[in-house]
Amino acid sequence: MSKRHLLAVFSNFHEAEAAVTELRNTSIKGFDSNEDMIVKSPIEHPEVEEFLGDKPVYVQWFTLFGALMGGLLGFFLISGAQANFYAQIKGGKPIVPFPPNFVLTYEMFILGGVYITVLGFLICAGLPAKRSPLYTSKVSEDQIAILVKTDEESAGVLKAIFTKHEALEIQEEAGK
Amino acid sequence: MKDINEDIAWAKINTDVLRSLESPRKLYWVIVFGALAVFSVAVGCEVYQYNMGMGVANMDNPHVWGLYIATFIFWIGMSHSGTLLSAILHLMHADWRKPIYRFAEAMTTFSLMTAGLFVMVHLGRLWQFYYSLPYPNDRSLWPNFQSPLLWDAMAIFTYLSSSVIFLFVGMIPDLAICRDHLHAGWRKKLYTVLALGWEGTDRQWRNFRVTYLTIACFLIPLAVSVHSIVASDFAMSQQPGWHVTSFPPYFVAGALYSGCAAIITLFIILRYTFKFEEYMTLAILKKTVRLTFAIAMVWTYLNAVEFASVWYSHDIASKEVLIQKATGPYAIAWWGMIFCGSVVPLILAFKRFQTNIPVLLVTSLLLNLGMWLERWMIVAPTFSHGIYPWTWDHDQWPSWVQWGMVFGSFGWFTLLFMVFCKVFPSVSMYEVKEMVYHRTLASKKLEDSGMQESGKGAH
Repeated sequence: MSKRHLLAVFSNFHEAEAAVTELRNTSIKGFDSNEDMIVKSPIEHPEVEEFLGDKPVYVQWFTLFGALMGGLLGFFLISGAQANFYAQIKGGKPIVPFPPNFVLTYEMFILGGVYITVLGFLICAGLPAKRSPLYTSKVSEDQIAILVKTDEESAGVLKAIFTKHEALEIQEEAGK
Repeated sequence: MKDINEDIAWAKINTDVLRSLESPRKLYWVIVFGALAVFSVAVGCEVYQYNMGMGVANMDNPHVWGLYIATFIFWIGMSHSGTLLSAILHLMHADWRKPIYRFAEAMTTFSLMTAGLFVMVHLGRLWQFYYSLPYPNDRSLWPNFQSPLLWDAMAIFTYLSSSVIFLFVGMIPDLAICRDHLHAGWRKKLYTVLALGWEGTDRQWRNFRVTYLTIACFLIPLAVSVHSIVASDFAMSQQPGWHVTSFPPYFVAGALYSGCAAIITLFIILRYTFKFEEYMTLAILKKTVRLTFAIAMVWTYLNAVEFASVWYSHDIASKEVLIQKATGPYAIAWWGMIFCGSVVPLILAFKRFQTNIPVLLVTSLLLNLGMWLERWMIVAPTFSHGIYPWTWDHDQWPSWVQWGMVFGSFGWFTLLFMVFCKVFPSVSMYEVKEMVYHRTLASKKLEDSGMQESGKGAH
């Protein structure tokens, strides 16, 4: 079955929310509101998450991994270098002194955490990305858009819902 | 007085900020060319010093750091308020930070880059900078990982790279706005690459929020650790005047103080140059001024703590250094530090001056003069009155080469900063929209509940 993309543009969050709520509550053949619907907005809007339903974020797992690996890498790099006691005679002092090593371990903990968090962000947010099949620059100005993917035959139902909720503009493009 | 006009249209926010990338006031070009001229003085001094040797800078034992390391600490300090305050205010949901945090974060980045130059300049032989990098020499000897100087290199690298990342991540949605709304040309190509294909989808925003918050959480302890480590360069030595327990918090407070004063200076300059009167409002300036005043008082208190600990510790050498600071050859600079750092900020306590732009511009410059003098007064007097008597007749007045380098560093910083503000939006468009949106909603709620009329608000 061939798929079609539709992009409906709204002037405010209330109209977009009403349209999303109706799409989520209506059973439409060939359209899954969890998988086939994307809301695009000019600001981070907490209510978008509420009306779209809970979706998990995994960035913090990258953070945990990055911070731990950074800290461990830092500590073992320093300790490994210090443990090279054939080259550096320690004169009775501890070969691996923990208090001063904590400072660089701490810095590496943060460095690893920040770097891998950003990597996690790029992976989880799907960036860098190519342009969506439909896009309007108004989204980066003051309008809210809903991008949906549906079966050819259900496109009319979706368009009717968007029109009912006062969409300013509906763009469409045949998908694959 | 409202932080921002709640009726401002979102499209207008885009238009106003994007206009700043194309047509600033003429003063912008005056500042840029002035900064370039000042920077060229530093380049000339560096070339001369490189060819003739460190002697032309009047560097000799025991004065091996001079103005270079004092100015290095100054620029590290200057970097603190940008990212640190942005991160703290973000975690505290203080939305008045939104129109001003972008340039403050840029200030952090360029201050750190300026500070890094002084580490190399003070070496004389620039290429020996690689000694501070953590890799072994051909006899398998690694740098000393227990040295605060190595910690410093690592901490500054971590802070610089994390600050750049924080700045960039926070700018992605705005880069997408630039990509969508600017005419074709090199700028559009640049923004298209840097925006990474951002379209403001719910998935992107969801991950963006968590990422930005997480990096902010990392940056707060990082910023504190960086200046504590810079303080350790001094406090972990046995030199009189440096071996002070309160140095790390004293350095952090000093850093925040000079950073806040610099934010006020740059706020005033950007507000006029880029016609940002509607976004960088007097109400926000007032909040920044009050914050600066509070930090000034913390710094004054920590100064008193340091003097008292030295005075009552009965460590003769440290006490001698303190007396030398107040009465010796550096007395003018030391009393200048006290005046500019502790007396001048009292102006900020008066309401009528908290929004008076000419007074604030002069005051903020004086505060930073005081903070620069503070750094100089940490470094130089200890060298000229150390534990060993042979240092006692070695007072050093920096040569014109050192002064030229310090002077030129301000040109370098200003040049980088102003170029950044012309290429990238210095006001965060999407966050100002959020601020306007949430404040409008809050006002409507108050109106609906009739609380605004009866005056029973949250405050």
